[in-house]
Amino acid sequence: MSGAGDREAVFPTRQSLGLMKSKLKGAETGHSLLKRKSEALTKYVEPVPMAMQRFREITRRIDEAKRKMGRVMQVAAFSLAEVSYAVGGDIGYQIQESARQARFRLRTKQENVSGVLLPAFESYQTEGNNDFGLTGLGKGGQQVQRCRETYARAVETLVELASLQTAFVILDEVIKVVNRRVNAIEHVIIPRTENTIKYINSELDELDREEFYRLKKVANKKQRDTAAADAELKKKMEAENKENAGSGGGQAADILAENEDDDVIF
Amino acid sequence: MASTADYKDRQFLAVIGDEDSVTGLLLAGIGHVTDPPDSQKNFLVVDNKTETSAIEAAFESFTEQRKDIGIVLINQHIADKIRHRIDTYTAAFPTVLEIPSKEHPYDPEKDSVLRRVRRLFGE
Repeated sequence: MSGAGDREAVFPTRQSLGLMKSKLKGAETGHSLLKRKSEALTKYVEPVPMAMQRFREITRRIDEAKRKMGRVMQVAAFSLAEVSYAVGGDIGYQIQESARQARFRLRTKQENVSGVLLPAFESYQTEGNNDFGLTGLGKGGQQVQRCRETYARAVETLVELASLQTAFVILDEVIKVVNRRVNAIEHVIIPRTENTIKYINSELDELDREEFYRLKKVANKKQRDTAAADAELKKKMEAENKENAGSGGGQAADILAENEDDDVIF
Repeated sequence: MASTADYKDRQFLAVIGDEDSVTGLLLAGIGHVTDPPDSQKNFLVVDNKTETSAIEAAFESFTEQRKDIGIVLINQHIADKIRHRIDTYTAAFPTVLEIPSKEHPYDPEKDSVLRRVRRLFGE
């Protein structure tokens, strides 16, 4: 029936019916748009320019980059071992103490994927600041240099990976939100609006029927009334006709002489 | 959501790792010490004697307090010690990246992000 199911609290009027209908239309449009957005973000639908990495593509690249990172870090660790061997001692402490200003820094830029802003890291090296000028000065300078280069490359790989990962985290979030909205529209808002429309329609029909019945009643009553009035009029006229015919010429009788009035007692 | 102000100033990397990893990364030039009054380092060397609470504190300071760090690198075997913190960390900035160390090769099964990837695709 009309009241069954979840519906919005509205008065069943034609105006709110119009409102509900446009709301339903809006919800359906929004649903299809959001669904398309979610699909665009989730799937790697068609080949797109490199700047527009889609989600699956990103996850695939994360996986790849993580594996690559494993190899790169291994090479880097090996070159560090070479340094220790060449320098003939631990340089860790010295390096930790002489670190002052980062040479290797990040820059962030934005990419736009289906209306979602994805930040991407970019690494750059500042010139002319070297905290480790004295490391390996005595011996093993070449190894230190090579090690630095290896690690710099490793860090570049890591930065690239971090960009992908950030993109993944943000996209993951956005996709969740979009999917939640899609579901809400599909399973709550649309059925609810439809229910409301049904309710308003049935109420309006009911009102129509009531109105019709009332009009019919009124018409009936009027008819009866006129019929009664007609009958009375007819009777009256008949009576008058009869009287006229019966009294004939005694019309001008003295009204004072006729019928003694009763005494009026207060 | 990530707004511009959220990551515009993030220009450093931070590292929590064993001595070798930290040394190598510092050699590459990521080390940074802030100006004298508080002189915060952006790296932490973890060895067998380092308390888990110290690691956690460093992780928290890199991820929550400092606003100039864009990427936090952490050795996977150290990340394992504070695994619950890593797994519950979902913010986009700074990015937390688990990296392998010399003695502990990289295990994709443990990585929190790769686990999320797998969960998402139901694999």
